[in-house]
Amino acid sequence: MLSAFLDALTLQAGYNAALVSVGATLLGIAGGCAGCFLFLRKRTLVSDAVAHATLPGVCFAFILMVFLGGDGRNLVGLLTGSAVTAGLGLLTVDWITRKTRLSEDAAIGAVLSVFFGLGVVLLTVIQTLSHGKQAGLEGFLLGSTAGMLFQDAVIIAVGGALSTAIILVLRRPMTLVAFDPEYAGATGVPVRLIDLAMMGVVMMVTVVGLKLVGLILIVSSLIIPSVSARFWTDRSDRLLVIAAFTGGLAGYLGTAVSATAPNLPTGPIIVLVNFAFFSISMLLSPKRGVLAAFLRHRKFQADVHLHQGLTSLARGETIREPLTQKMMRRAGYIREDLVATGKGRAAAAKTVLDEARWAKARQIIQDEAIFASYDGLTPIEAVLTRDQIRDIDAALGAPSPLSSPAEG
Amino acid sequence: MTTTTHPALELAASDGRTADSDKDVDRDAGLAGSALAVRGLTVSYGTKPAVFSIDATVPKASMTAIVGPNGAGKSTFLKAVLGIIPRLSGAAYVDGKPLETMRRAIAYVPQRASVDWDFPTRVRDVVTMGQFRGLGLLGFIRPAHRKKTLDCLERVGMADFADRQIGQLSGGQQQRVFLARALAQDAGLYLLDEPFAGVDAATEKAIIDVLKGLKAEGKTVVCVHHDLATVTDYFDHVLMLNIRKIAEGPVSTTFTGPMLQETYGGRLATAHIDQLKLD
Repeated sequence: MLSAFLDALTLQAGYNAALVSVGATLLGIAGGCAGCFLFLRKRTLVSDAVAHATLPGVCFAFILMVFLGGDGRNLVGLLTGSAVTAGLGLLTVDWITRKTRLSEDAAIGAVLSVFFGLGVVLLTVIQTLSHGKQAGLEGFLLGSTAGMLFQDAVIIAVGGALSTAIILVLRRPMTLVAFDPEYAGATGVPVRLIDLAMMGVVMMVTVVGLKLVGLILIVSSLIIPSVSARFWTDRSDRLLVIAAFTGGLAGYLGTAVSATAPNLPTGPIIVLVNFAFFSISMLLSPKRGVLAAFLRHRKFQADVHLHQGLTSLARGETIREPLTQKMMRRAGYIREDLVATGKGRAAAAKTVLDEARWAKARQIIQDEAIFASYDGLTPIEAVLTRDQIRDIDAALGAPSPLSSPAEG
Repeated sequence: MTTTTHPALELAASDGRTADSDKDVDRDAGLAGSALAVRGLTVSYGTKPAVFSIDATVPKASMTAIVGPNGAGKSTFLKAVLGIIPRLSGAAYVDGKPLETMRRAIAYVPQRASVDWDFPTRVRDVVTMGQFRGLGLLGFIRPAHRKKTLDCLERVGMADFADRQIGQLSGGQQQRVFLARALAQDAGLYLLDEPFAGVDAATEKAIIDVLKGLKAEGKTVVCVHHDLATVTDYFDHVLMLNIRKIAEGPVSTTFTGPMLQETYGGRLATAHIDQLKLD
């Protein structure tokens, strides 16, 4: 099993597997890029409408090609059909949103289900229409990699490269429109055209990825990479790069995993790998991750309780709150019987002194930024310079038996 | 009998103002000499006008306040002038030319609340957006652009915050970043939507200093403004709106008790008007 995985990773698992691997990686990169601006524009669900609206197009194209006496399974023909109805679905959503007071999500819900419903009806019709020949069409729902041709990989490569190129060229207006559409409009950026270009790119990736990942799951290749990437960066340009990278990696690894056992579906496995990246990002990202947020909250809570406890000590009050007692004991500031230790008395005195210093600092330092960052818990030495503290102490005229740690 | 001229018609023909309305807009006397001219602007939501048939002329190198009660269409007016929201009728001219051809000369500062401040971008990136027009689609951001970004941040006192994520800023700081982005455009006409709303005193001072500096450079500033108490201190020209235009002109002669009463209706007590520093 491991050797199968490694073979797939190194593209040694046969011609077909190598094609699938390359195709899935390219699709992942293109999807990550295309989804990035959808995510920034907060219109991720539009991709779902686009994807579902491809199904009737695939079916219409099949029927038309069979009717004309050709092979109904011609991929270029099927994808052209899917692009037509996907574009139609997109324009319908756009039209409903502009001409009525319905919000976009309502329009998406309506368009998505109607187009998909029509597609399923046509799919049933096709099954009664011509036996055997329709065999490939269900593959468009969940994707199929069996019998992937070189031509299929080329379609993905060309479509993916084209869509990524469009995004690179339009990244500035797209960022502007996503961040501040009003300002963009005022500076003369054609907001509607840029939005349509963004949707066009999404449509392109959806259509070329249809065969490999399937129309139901392609949405995950578009959205999850940028959602994962958001946990790692606060910059939109890096978001694009990280989303492209994780999307591509998910496609590559997903294909390799699906090669480890016969009949493992590639598309769904790619989705699961994407989800794994998302989970890791959500939990472990140092800035925005759930774990980091939890630890920050705990640290802050402890700081608040210690500050509270030390203030009580300085005032000679009894600490009553059990959590504060626990924190104070753990820090070694009080004994089991709540009596202050030497360390505790020193820390309490420092707390009182720092409070006085802050109060004085507000009078003598005219720097709004410093006080904006002051939360009452950060040690004063971390915010003000040693010279500033000396000035404050001079202004306080306080005896300084408890010199700050920074000085001693 | 048909040769007899009706006295009223005769009067109308000799009245210069009536005749003016038939002339081509290009011969509109106020147009060429103004920084911004708006003619017949109407915006409506459904059949309810938000802004109705407004003519306004903003003189060059002036500081103009747009005032009016809540729901008077001040922001709507500004957005419609810029073409961000569709106009039902009317047109806007910058330096006498159609606004649509003059976008390079206009810098707009939207309301702070109009964007998502959790957007993944840094302060310097937002200011760089003001230079996108000059950069084009593929132009590289060169040291000169970076320097310009920092200069603009310096002018609003935000240079130390260049690498912060925008979500970490206070409201006043966000407003200053928006102003810095507009400065980076090197425009001649600055249109600001409530730049002083909900900002701290230091920011208000920083912003008004920058705006007065722009005026001193011969640039034109137009602000949607909500604080009647500072109109006389900050502005030299005023446009008073309440769906329709109530008045426009120099603050000293236009921003008067009766005009305020007409603009705000019963919403402004006479006592409040008396408290304003009116000349």
